[in-house]
Amino acid sequence: MRFQNAAWSSELPVSTALPVEPAPQAEPQRGWLDPLLDWLAGWGELVLETFAAIGDFSLFFFRTLVWLFTRFPRFETLWPNFHQVGVSSLPVIALTGTFIGMVLAVQSYYQFRQLGLETRLGAVINMSLVRELGPVLAATMLAGRVGSSMAAELGTMRVTEQIDALSAMGANPIRYLVVPRFLACFLLIPLLTIMADFMGVAGGHFYSVMVLGIDMHHYWFNSALFVGPYDIFVGIFKSVFFGSAIAMVSCYQGFHCSAGAEGVGRAATASFVYSFVLILFLDLVLGIVLDAIYFTLFPEGARLF
Amino acid sequence: MIESILEQQRPQLEVRNVSVTFGTQQVLRNIQLSIPAGQTLVVLGESGCGKTVLMKTLIGLVVPTRGEVLFEGENLADLDDRELSQLRLRYGFVFQNAALFDSMTIAQNIAFPLKQEGRWSSAEVREKVLAKLAEVGLPPEVIYKKPAQLSGGMRKRVGLARALIMNPDVILYDEPTTGLDPIMTDVINQLIIRTRRRNPVTSVIVTHNMDTARRVPDRVVMLYPLTRLDPDEPQTVFDGPPGELDQCRDRRVRQFVNGEAGQRLMEMLASSQSTETIGF
Repeated sequence: MRFQNAAWSSELPVSTALPVEPAPQAEPQRGWLDPLLDWLAGWGELVLETFAAIGDFSLFFFRTLVWLFTRFPRFETLWPNFHQVGVSSLPVIALTGTFIGMVLAVQSYYQFRQLGLETRLGAVINMSLVRELGPVLAATMLAGRVGSSMAAELGTMRVTEQIDALSAMGANPIRYLVVPRFLACFLLIPLLTIMADFMGVAGGHFYSVMVLGIDMHHYWFNSALFVGPYDIFVGIFKSVFFGSAIAMVSCYQGFHCSAGAEGVGRAATASFVYSFVLILFLDLVLGIVLDAIYFTLFPEGARLF
Repeated sequence: MIESILEQQRPQLEVRNVSVTFGTQQVLRNIQLSIPAGQTLVVLGESGCGKTVLMKTLIGLVVPTRGEVLFEGENLADLDDRELSQLRLRYGFVFQNAALFDSMTIAQNIAFPLKQEGRWSSAEVREKVLAKLAEVGLPPEVIYKKPAQLSGGMRKRVGLARALIMNPDVILYDEPTTGLDPIMTDVINQLIIRTRRRNPVTSVIVTHNMDTARRVPDRVVMLYPLTRLDPDEPQTVFDGPPGELDQCRDRRVRQFVNGEAGQRLMEMLASSQSTETIGF
């Protein structure tokens, strides 16, 4: 049994003979329908690939949830991610929040003044901040700052076989790498959103009251009239979905990174682009759903005064 | 009595009819391999012939498209995530570029499998880490360094220490000497031999280094790239003790052993000419 392939020990022509250069052939006749069929096949392939990718992503998400609920990750894998997502993102989110509050005041002031409704600015600025801009902006900053770095980090680990090494040493990479990142984004993005909201409100107040000279009492009276707890809840509730989307997209991109520096770069870019698209998509869907819930609960809700 | 003999006869690792296909490209075709406990096996072959893929199927990192891989008679495909993780603690895997975790120090890297198992005190872990470092000939100072601060040869030895820390039953070496200077190559070869001498371990070494193939193993298996084979030819072109490598009359084995380009250069020229005519 030593030589399983005894037949091969004799001289045999090697199958890898010099390839004969193919004779130049005439282009095969193509019917008028063929380009159309090619076009159709191209689309078909794209649709199939998209469905396969969505299925793969869902499976990845499902496995993350299974690991999340069966075995809690170790604390030493959690803290660095919580620090990265929470503490390190705080300054940049606070800064962008402040600016967006001021920008809102700048952009809407003149329109409202023409109508003599400057004091309504408080309602407009604060409503848009807590419902939309705060959560979306915090999520965008998180996707840019943390999402791409996660994708690049996990992508590098994939390329240098560190993810394989984790599996080979009896650690499940999803439990070890994905679950902590998911938890960090999931649990901390509401806090970051609150920070963005707060700083935006402060920035809007500063510009409206201090610079534009709007009466502070009416500014806040109008805000209190329109912005209710449900609006704040909507913003924070949506942010949880954004955070989950960022973590899952970034980790998925990192785990399915192709080889080389180019692959890692592409994973980082793709993670931001897909996260951002998904954030806006979820924002739309959740906006519609949450509004529907609100009007079912409070049918008299949509009033001006 | 008979059962215990059968037990001993049962191979540690068995590969039954394994084929692996990535997308449209087939890498392995109907591979049959039975590795008894304690054997040191070298898998030889040129780049791209599927050696590393074969090795990764042995530990379940690559799932075969067809066929099965058995560890002590147990099919890896039948195990769930947790059982597979438990089983993998009985393996040591030395990766091609060491695959050390860059975010951890050397000590944390080597201690990783122990932490994973989770039944050792930190004093015991420290003791074991230092002992393994000494075994691969590294000074104790390196434990506080990060992988990026070490040379390639040192990183490989750290990777070896990490694979050995659990005293595994099976050690898989993925190109352990690639990219090392001749002296470090010999050091690694000696370390592999010494590891086997110290404890009865089953080793699989994937390499294209002839020095390793001649000196280290009990048995050599050579794979050939599928793209260069006809559909009905077996992919394993040699299976025997290292001494028989030089007597083998198969042209493909001889070419590899002696390091001859053969017709490859002409093929490359021919393909480059044909791309010119296409108009690249």
